[in-house]
Amino acid sequence: MDLGKILIDAGRAAVGVPAAVYALSAIGLNLQFGYTGLLNFGHVASMLVGAYGLAITVDQGGSMWLGIVVGLILAVLLGLLMGVPTLRLRADYLAIVTIAVGEILRLVVRSRFAAPLTNALSGIQGFADSFYDLNPIPVGQYGIGTFRFDERLTFVLLVGWGLVGLTTLLIRRLTRSPWGRVIRAIREDEDAARSLGKNVFAYKLQSLMVGSAIGGLAGIVLAIAQQNVGPDNYLPLLTFYAFTIVIVGGPGTLRGPIIGSVIFWFVFSFFDGFMTGAVTEGWFGDLLDATDIGPIRFALFGVVLMWLMTYRPQGIFGKREELLIADGR
Amino acid sequence: MRTGALRRTLSGALAVGAFFVLLAPGAQAQEESTSIGGTLEKIDGDQREPVAGVRVVVSQDGVEIGAAVSDGDGTWSVPVPAAGIYQVEIDVDSLPDGVDLTDPERSILPDVSVREGRPKVIRFALGPGTASRVDQYDRIGGLLVIGLKFGAIIALSSIGLSLVFGVTGLVNFAHGDIVTLGAVLAFFLNASPLGPEWHILLAAVPAILLAAGLGGAQELALWRPLRRRRTGLVSLIVISIGLSFAIRYLILVVFSGLPRPFANYVIQDNIDVLGIPTVPKNLVIIGFTVAALAAVGVFLQRTKLGTAMRAVSDNSDLAESSGIDVQRVILATWVIGAGLAALAGIMFGISEQVQWDMGFKLLLLIFAAVILGGLGTAFGAMVGGFVIGVAVEMSTLWVPTEFKTVVALGILVVMLLVRPQGLLGSRERVG
Repeated sequence: MDLGKILIDAGRAAVGVPAAVYALSAIGLNLQFGYTGLLNFGHVASMLVGAYGLAITVDQGGSMWLGIVVGLILAVLLGLLMGVPTLRLRADYLAIVTIAVGEILRLVVRSRFAAPLTNALSGIQGFADSFYDLNPIPVGQYGIGTFRFDERLTFVLLVGWGLVGLTTLLIRRLTRSPWGRVIRAIREDEDAARSLGKNVFAYKLQSLMVGSAIGGLAGIVLAIAQQNVGPDNYLPLLTFYAFTIVIVGGPGTLRGPIIGSVIFWFVFSFFDGFMTGAVTEGWFGDLLDATDIGPIRFALFGVVLMWLMTYRPQGIFGKREELLIADGR
Repeated sequence: MRTGALRRTLSGALAVGAFFVLLAPGAQAQEESTSIGGTLEKIDGDQREPVAGVRVVVSQDGVEIGAAVSDGDGTWSVPVPAAGIYQVEIDVDSLPDGVDLTDPERSILPDVSVREGRPKVIRFALGPGTASRVDQYDRIGGLLVIGLKFGAIIALSSIGLSLVFGVTGLVNFAHGDIVTLGAVLAFFLNASPLGPEWHILLAAVPAILLAAGLGGAQELALWRPLRRRRTGLVSLIVISIGLSFAIRYLILVVFSGLPRPFANYVIQDNIDVLGIPTVPKNLVIIGFTVAALAAVGVFLQRTKLGTAMRAVSDNSDLAESSGIDVQRVILATWVIGAGLAALAGIMFGISEQVQWDMGFKLLLLIFAAVILGGLGTAFGAMVGGFVIGVAVEMSTLWVPTEFKTVVALGILVVMLLVRPQGLLGSRERVG
């Protein structure tokens, strides 16, 4: 087993497209969960409608820019639709409805009924050519040693991480405004915020919609990078990647989603590389084979999520007093 | 005293269930061979006529394994070398004039799973189909039976979720995976070559007890310490999701992704009940489950532990100050809830197949049932389960089958908008 190569691959993953996309997605979730205390278990649905909004618009003859706008609007509407029936109720109702919406949107886009628009299981491909036509970077390999990306990937990475930076600045503006102070007050004590005359429902709904739009943007970046959307790219699991990332980095902090995403994808890729090497070298004998690595990774991922939520709900580097939602219902 | 009551309730439920099973005809003995076969019939309303001379090809990973031509009765059979996944294609060109596939896109069945030593029966729908021509009464009746069966399974699995919510305030997202666990444990004892290969009814008993024990262990090892730490609701829900991933993917590692049936009651002939054609196992499942639900009802209303559970659910501080050992009641709730979920999983496995994520798929319907009936009320969960089961199956009269789950979600959202406390819930539960 070549530990050096595994480390380099893990390093590539830590700055790669998934890391950028999930940092973006986690920024949206962080606004909802970290700052407002909303338990959105259907964040993947925002990514799905963003991606499909873009893909379907281009597939039906629209331009890419129109598609991006459509995707973002759909994501905002999704936040509105999920929030209205649930945000007046306790936290668990939102969790239940959102996890159901996420799974149901996936079932709808993969159904034969929606096939004329979504192409059902096969999905839609090749809708982002006009994005790559914009690429100003000359053909070549960029990086040091074996740590290199081609001009296409470099462009996607620059745009992806650029958007991560821009949305982080946006969140910084939002959370340092009076609006941001109200949503944090809601997280700490909803009744107190209400007794000060704040329309708690409206603030929660706004936070859910803005977070959903950022999730939609993440879906759009992922769709452009892969030039492909398909229903089974949007499993409920993705929501909990974003949750783990938010919690690893520290909920309710600006840098949290970025740090969390980099750590998450480094560990993820390292574990895969290490386990593949270990199985190939027969460390586990007949007990495990290569197809078991994925499920084991997800099972461990569940255990890590439980452990973090129990012992480090403020994130690996977070301060305890930053996160009081652990004590409030 | 408390465990005695529990034991009596469980053994009562099992005795009633065994009675129903005695009434049911067993699975038909089939000729012992590993093969794929079926009967080709053109179906036009109530008219069925065999279709002869049609070529069917069986292949695996693109390699042709064998082919057969249907005989005068329309039957065909292709022996296959071993258990596994095969692709079966009907040669559309060999169909006689005037006979077409009901659904032209279904000429290839991509993953037909064959078990060792068992003939696999598959069916190609030919002719205009039955959907539009069949007597609407028959279809409604059949769907009603399936809906009641499905509703019974949902109701049974919902009780645990609802009771645990009642006594602890936790919505357990890992509940669906206990359903799967019950089915998988029973599968190991029943159909796995590594296990003792008991009959499913015998295998169900230790599987349910083991799952119930694991439910109790979960409370003692995880949830009780977390309550002691005063962990908040939001954190608890995220932890339950983490637990759900851990259990589900461990099951995937051990059980693999292939859906498999139990060894008993796989194929049954239709019987007519009040003019409704159905397989006997559906009726047995409904009977068994209704008996278990009745036992739970009696338990909650008539026994000391059941009364204590309702008291803790209503107001745990008040219950504690009247001398109820709240922690023991919560432990008992976890044990009973997990046992019922495991029973539901085994019923679900008999009804369909055992699959690593069957419980997670059921979870969304469980949520719909529990919210419809009222979170925290066991009787609400029962009512909600039946309503969701019947509504979901009946909806296929009007909407495509793929949208069954969407119907359940629709009911859930409407309910949250008009009556968030549910049919049987009381208003102050909603904060």
